[in-house]
Amino acid sequence: MALPEVKQTATDARLAALSLPTGGCLEGARRAALSRVQTLGLPGRRDEYWKYTQPDTLTQVEAPKAAVFDTDEAPMFDDFDRLKVVFVDGVFSPEESDDLSLDGVSIERIADICDKDIHWAKDLYGVLEARGQSPVARPLAALNTAFAQDGLAIHVTGTPSKPINMIYRHSDEGSDAILHHVIRVDSGAEATILENGPAASRFNKCMEIDIADTGKLHLVRAQGRDHERRAATHLFARLGSESEFKSFTLTVNGVLTRNEAVIELTGDDAVAHIAGACAGDGDFHHDDTVFVTHDAVNCESRQVFKKVLRNGATGVFQGKILVKEGAQKTDGYQISQSLLLDDDSQFLAKPELEIYADDVACSHGSTSGAIDEDALFYLRSRGVPAAEATDLLTLAFLAEAVDEIEDEEIASAIVTRLEGWLARRR
Amino acid sequence: MAALDQTQVKEGVDQETVDAVAEVSTYKYGWETDIEMEYAPKGVNPDIVRLISEKNEEPEWMTEWRLSAFERWEKMDEPDWAMVSYPEIDFQDQYYYARPKSMEVKPKSLDEVDPKLLATYEKLGIPLKEQMILAGVEGAENAPAEGRKVAVDAVFDSVSVGTTFQKELEEAGVIFCSISEAIKNHPELVKKYLGSVVPVSDNFYATLNSAVFSDGSFVYVPPGVRCPMELSTYFRINAENTGQFERTLIIADKGSYVSYLEGCTAPQRDVAQLHAAVVEIIIEEDAEVKYSTVQNWFPGDENGKGGIYNFVTKRADCRGDRAKVMWTQVETGSAVTWKYPSCILRGEESQGEFYSIAIANNMQQADTGTKMVHLGKNTKSRIVSKGISAGKAQNTYRGLVSMHPKAKNSRNYTQCDSLLIGDKCGAHTVPYIEVKNNSSRVEHEATTSKVDDDQLFYCRQRGMDEEEAVALVVNGFCKDVLQALPMEFAMEAQQLVAISLEGSVG
Repeated sequence: MALPEVKQTATDARLAALSLPTGGCLEGARRAALSRVQTLGLPGRRDEYWKYTQPDTLTQVEAPKAAVFDTDEAPMFDDFDRLKVVFVDGVFSPEESDDLSLDGVSIERIADICDKDIHWAKDLYGVLEARGQSPVARPLAALNTAFAQDGLAIHVTGTPSKPINMIYRHSDEGSDAILHHVIRVDSGAEATILENGPAASRFNKCMEIDIADTGKLHLVRAQGRDHERRAATHLFARLGSESEFKSFTLTVNGVLTRNEAVIELTGDDAVAHIAGACAGDGDFHHDDTVFVTHDAVNCESRQVFKKVLRNGATGVFQGKILVKEGAQKTDGYQISQSLLLDDDSQFLAKPELEIYADDVACSHGSTSGAIDEDALFYLRSRGVPAAEATDLLTLAFLAEAVDEIEDEEIASAIVTRLEGWLARRR
Repeated sequence: MAALDQTQVKEGVDQETVDAVAEVSTYKYGWETDIEMEYAPKGVNPDIVRLISEKNEEPEWMTEWRLSAFERWEKMDEPDWAMVSYPEIDFQDQYYYARPKSMEVKPKSLDEVDPKLLATYEKLGIPLKEQMILAGVEGAENAPAEGRKVAVDAVFDSVSVGTTFQKELEEAGVIFCSISEAIKNHPELVKKYLGSVVPVSDNFYATLNSAVFSDGSFVYVPPGVRCPMELSTYFRINAENTGQFERTLIIADKGSYVSYLEGCTAPQRDVAQLHAAVVEIIIEEDAEVKYSTVQNWFPGDENGKGGIYNFVTKRADCRGDRAKVMWTQVETGSAVTWKYPSCILRGEESQGEFYSIAIANNMQQADTGTKMVHLGKNTKSRIVSKGISAGKAQNTYRGLVSMHPKAKNSRNYTQCDSLLIGDKCGAHTVPYIEVKNNSSRVEHEATTSKVDDDQLFYCRQRGMDEEEAVALVVNGFCKDVLQALPMEFAMEAQQLVAISLEGSVG
């Protein structure tokens, strides 16, 4: 079917400005992804899936400029014993990164794989992304698969002693980064991945995660800081039997962020938790779009999203639980809540369920409102100043999402970050 | 559900027979009235639009209104966003106007109406005689004398057959008549309000309706009047290959109150039939309207053959402060339902409520819900939706709650529950929530569950057979909604819940 003219023109213009990397074992996947982009067209204002978020600046040819924020704030996970992998404006920096060898995991650059004809990543790169294009199109992810300039292929074979921390530095105010990671977790293996940093003026990131039976992966990311930066990220995860995937995302600042998570529970007894906390102030638009598919028996999925918004910030949540026929004993849970600190901010939500199996329990809740006056009054009557009381209640509100992080040390780093945000903006 | 699965294992020829028998007994209104009809030529075009207008003896402005609607409709596309699928509708392969020959000269009173038509309504339990309560409604005789009276406007295919209690209502100042009569007798009211809530080009089906609507009901309740009885319209589709396009306009002036009921049935036929209605309600300051529907159009057979395609636009506009509207619907019929009764809460402190039970069995598809658009300060809305799917049916709740920036201190509470009976059906929830000010509070919750094994066991232990037990559990689940129905319908609805589930057990 022909694309609408506006969409065709926008897609053609964007594609003309990019060049497809050639050669190596990923070329086939890249070509297939390019053809998906051509068929689907890039997202436009009239697409239902982009009802609440304007995709224009994510799809236009030039990345809008974004000032690099000179921060004195300590980088998130500096105190941690971790394996540091640094990308500057979307390009791997060997100088700033640690040695990539670590027991229980192999880490390679996508750029290096491209020279090889045979590699495990060939069976994953672009595969989950392609699966994730139905029933809803995600053309920005296909664009990423086709044109990604860099990224990592991480193969977790055991239990690495420390987390792998990808740090995305932003140094050029016009940078336009496309990054693609593939992660394979073997049966019985377990790892933690941390991500932080503003990355680039415009950041298109795609992560494909394949977790084999009984494998476990924890992902914690902290986006933001540079306020003018824009990001569209996709996370595709496929879970085998008795496997576990837990992700948490903190978003503070950023003029536009769209995070899509596409989770497929394909093995029985798998568990997926997707959580997010976001704090938006002023010209801030944050969109969490989650699609969880239950395609096996006795799986559990949890989505917990909390947003605090003020000074005209916009929070979006589009969440869906799809329970396929036969996916009996599914336990699906979804909650999205917003705390609007003033009248200019808004929360737009579409929490969906689509269920084709009868022996399941799925629930979703969504609430929006101001800070609880009674709680505020209680704190003030006990001598807590208004601003501090508001902060306290705001933190308490976000805590439910932060609680989804299992590692206490990581959780406390996230809380510190949130406290910093609240203190600075007061 | 284990017990149900066991009965499903027994599938075979015998079971199909059982199902077929169950199905026939499910739809009680599938018979047709053998009556001589007159039709407009098949298809829709400006000539047909003019013809319908002419048949209704409408003034020029009304004909023009229709024609401009038709012009717009031709440029519109059929919406495809709902979770329903059906073969493409050939809009030119339908009759848009059908009326019994005996209605050619409009009867002056009910006494002159063709006995066959009266018998039809009698059989449906809607006797068109005054001073009578609705027949077949258990428990109605216990109601206080005042509460028993229900004025009925009976619509048969494209025309209104008659309206009861008109005189008594007139004494109270209430106008209750068919819309075609209103266009003739109260043009100033119709001109002022028609299309003011659902604009002519609102959506594909509403626009088509604006062009070709043939009849429907009109209600005007003057300031300060509490309508002395329930008003009701009963829609019956009888003719084959004929679409029914009714238009209802209800105006509740300042401080008035009216409760309105709507029922509908159609014969059992192999070929799907189209029904595209528009209901507009205007509620002024301090007025209240209660609108209840028991939608029981023919749902098609167990293979999805036939049935009514029900594309309905219903909207209430709370224009004045403290205006109040309550939509209650029990949706058991129709092969395809596409229906979102909505509330525009414009007046300050105005209030909208939506209570719905949608039951889909066999191959039925229902995509229904509501829109609560909060524009005024301190507005409140409540949504309670219960969806039940059985057989291979798909049931979707689709709704919007929108808090505009100026709707300070507004509240919404939404509760959506779905129940699945059997593992071949589907239940879906698609809510849109848009909050644009911080003093408003919005809460949405939804759960999907199966019929509770423990509850079923409890009922069976006390000697109920499985069918009865499922019906009881489901009724408990639906109680919230049924309680909001006027008494006349509550009894019927409870029966409906039981009936619609018969086919799914086994």
